Amino acid sequence: MLLLTCPHCGIDADETELSPGGEAHLTRHGPGATDEDVEAYLFLRDNPRGVHLERWRHANGCGKWFVAARCTVTLEVFGTYPAQTARPPQHVLDAIEAKRPGATRKLPVMEGAR
Amino acid sequence: MSDAMVLDGARAEGLATVREVPAPGLIALKGDLGAPALADAVRAVTGCAVPGLRRIEAAGAARAGWMAPDELLLVAPREAVPGALSTLEARLAAAHHLAADVSDMRAVFRLEGQGAREVLAKLAPVDLAPGAFEPGELRRTRLAQVPAAFWMEQGGFTLVCFRSVARYAFDLLAGAAAPGGEVGHFA
Ligand SMILES: [Zn+2]
Repeated sequence: MLLLTCPHCGIDADETELSPGGEAHLTRHGPGATDEDVEAYLFLRDNPRGVHLERWRHANGCGKWFVAARCTVTLEVFGTYPAQTARPPQHVLDAIEAKRPGATRKLPVMEGAR
Repeated sequence: MSDAMVLDGARAEGLATVREVPAPGLIALKGDLGAPALADAVRAVTGCAVPGLRRIEAAGAARAGWMAPDELLLVAPREAVPGALSTLEARLAAAHHLAADVSDMRAVFRLEGQGAREVLAKLAPVDLAPGAFEPGELRRTRLAQVPAAFWMEQGGFTLVCFRSVARYAFDLLAGAAAPGGEVGHFA
């Protein structure tokens, strides 16, 4: 059972109060974009073994979207933060680096890719 | 449609008493909860201060509950709702907001008696231990498979869910309260 702290209401919500929203920080490519960009936006996902930034919605709760930084291997949670941001806040990056040195450089959002 | 009850006041006895009660007037108010104009408007229609994170304020029969960072649930007598909406409209005219009468969208239950905490704890992923959940807090969560919100007052819980799932919610509560189902976790 995954427990994530909703950064909007402070509840330590168990997975059954949450809805998953997939990989976070995708750039939404719309009309006028290249076929490659639209394909990447719609279909290409990182699916890493290790540190992952993913969207969750506190669906059976305050209803708000947030992002969780966690390890897909150990399920360790490094932090959660509101979804209204284009990149992870520094305290979350620091928490990841403290446990997985070098891992934040490999995050797609930090490479500016997509 | 403005029937305040969905299940004709259904009632079940067991570890706790479960009963449907008439839905009071309920207003969903969205806006900037930190804005002075919103605080004025909430006080004007409920007499309550803007509740803090996950809190619920009370003044007489009125309540103001925290539902989300941008949303409150206002409770007032049904007959006061049209006037309350006009007051909100007037006081928040210059502010981005939404105020909607949701009285007929909800079913309301009371859960009372010694086993009330335990009955609810069987159905919601919430720490309902004495001390962990107390009067003054409003919790939005799920009741088995449906969304619900509840708070404590007058020695029991007041629980609100969508009207469309009233029968499901009542049957869940009645089942969890059925005699013989004691767990004794909070005893
Ligand atoms: Zn939340």
